[in-house]
Amino acid sequence: MHAIEIHNLTKSYPVGFWKKQLRPALKGLTLTVEAGETFGFIGPNGAGKTTTLKLLMGIIFPTAGGATILGKDFRDLEIKRRIGFLPEQPYFYDYLSATELLDYYASLSGVDAAERKQRIPHLLEQVGLGDAGNKQLRKFSKGMLQRVGIAQAIVHDPEVVFLDEPMSGLDPIGRHEIRELIQSLKDAGKTIFFSTHILSDAEALCDRVAVIHKGELRGIGVMNELRSSATGNVEVIWEGAGALERVGTLVTESHVTGALVRAKTANDKLDRLLEALRQQRARLVSVTPLQGTLEEYFLAKTSEPETATV
Amino acid sequence: MSARLSAIALNTFREAVRDRVLYNLVIFVLLLVASAPLFSEISIGMERLILVNVGLSAISLFGVIIAIFIGIGLVSKEIDKRTLYTILSRPVRRWEFIIGKYFGLMLTLVVNAGLMTVGFYIALFVTDHSVKRADGLMLVAIYFILLEFLMVTAITLLFSSFSTPIFSAIFAFALFAIGTFADDLRNFAGLAHGLTKWLSTAAAYAVPNFASLNVISRVAHDQHVAGTLVLYNSIYALLYSGAVAAAAVLIFERRNLK
Repeated sequence: MHAIEIHNLTKSYPVGFWKKQLRPALKGLTLTVEAGETFGFIGPNGAGKTTTLKLLMGIIFPTAGGATILGKDFRDLEIKRRIGFLPEQPYFYDYLSATELLDYYASLSGVDAAERKQRIPHLLEQVGLGDAGNKQLRKFSKGMLQRVGIAQAIVHDPEVVFLDEPMSGLDPIGRHEIRELIQSLKDAGKTIFFSTHILSDAEALCDRVAVIHKGELRGIGVMNELRSSATGNVEVIWEGAGALERVGTLVTESHVTGALVRAKTANDKLDRLLEALRQQRARLVSVTPLQGTLEEYFLAKTSEPETATV
Repeated sequence: MSARLSAIALNTFREAVRDRVLYNLVIFVLLLVASAPLFSEISIGMERLILVNVGLSAISLFGVIIAIFIGIGLVSKEIDKRTLYTILSRPVRRWEFIIGKYFGLMLTLVVNAGLMTVGFYIALFVTDHSVKRADGLMLVAIYFILLEFLMVTAITLLFSSFSTPIFSAIFAFALFAIGTFADDLRNFAGLAHGLTKWLSTAAAYAVPNFASLNVISRVAHDQHVAGTLVLYNSIYALLYSGAVAAAAVLIFERRNLK
């Protein structure tokens, strides 16, 4: 059973004076997320990431399509006990203390009083706010608020956690802390669906990523495959800058540092390049196949024309 | 369901209690009521009459102001600050959120009115130096004020469910003002003819009838309030508030939140 199954999820907003025209915000999104998987939903700002999460959370209603979470319709109230959600740049009731806030959210999720009393101090410790439980949220820094945000998303021990841009607006230390927290959720076996436009975060945490652009799903990639996939290019380093002039047609990119040359070439030109370097008596230092990066995958997918299908 | 409703209601109450504006209003009303005995200096022999009129009117007016000013932000503030996102992603139905908010604000108003009533009775005792049987009549007027709050809160909630806070406040105050003169509207409808009669009758029945809930001058003159009026006003306020709150729920259930 898939943890999340999204089928043809579509959202359009009426625009214009008479509201007769429809502006699509999400175009027929179809994807699945496996149980226990950390799934990155990446795309530039305005791509449709938040729209997707708002649809799944029942904050807005789809124009077409639907989704199942843990095998049940996403609107099912029972399912909402088993999911957690952190909105983008969340704001919480700042007149409450962290403990009061978590108690309120846990009670809304059906956690009984005895369990709340036991669970909340542990949870505050887990997110690094053990000594700030009684402090009002208006006195919290942005990083602390984001940690409270994660805590409220998991206070009822959900099986699936949705995080919308969890690292956005945080400084490097804050980002690192949130990344560690997400990693701990991953280690605890939770299914995590998180949207981000920060590729390094997705690269560090995700098992799979989906690229969304202009409301369209552009592709889904497995991180390990992306990392190990050959790009069709090889990096060659040699000593002897004089040889570069003779082999210039065989390389696509080159950088010279003193006598050392670092050049990129296509796989099919590698033999000819190595032969030419031998003839020029250049000393070969290394030959390394270039691996794919998420950035390359992302840029390739987002530069495809808008009508492209998955 | 009841646990979620009470959690939302209690959180709404807690927000109001921790809001300093609310304290200011309460202190202001308490001061007003406490200073009522000073009226005896300028109105010899009529101090009780003036105290009851000023005191009960203050309880009513300030309660309505609190109801409208907190009520307009009940829903819109949760949408603007996106706190609603973390509520609706939980097993909370939209109607539970709206009704929980409604109950929370009503709880705030009842507690406030309770505090003001205590202050009012102290002022009454200070003025009369004794407890009269007619003092119990004031409780009927205060009960009617609570019914008034029930309706004003429902109306504000309705506007808050689809409009901006400023427009919600304008609409709610306008409807409160019209409803205060509902009797005049009914009298006008009785005198009019043709289409005007039809329209003014429809308007007279659509606007909330706050006039029938105002028995302040009657109790100030120690006049008895009929049991049937208490019954009819209770039924009317419950039905009107219920219908308006249901309309607020219907609008909110279909609303795409930004």
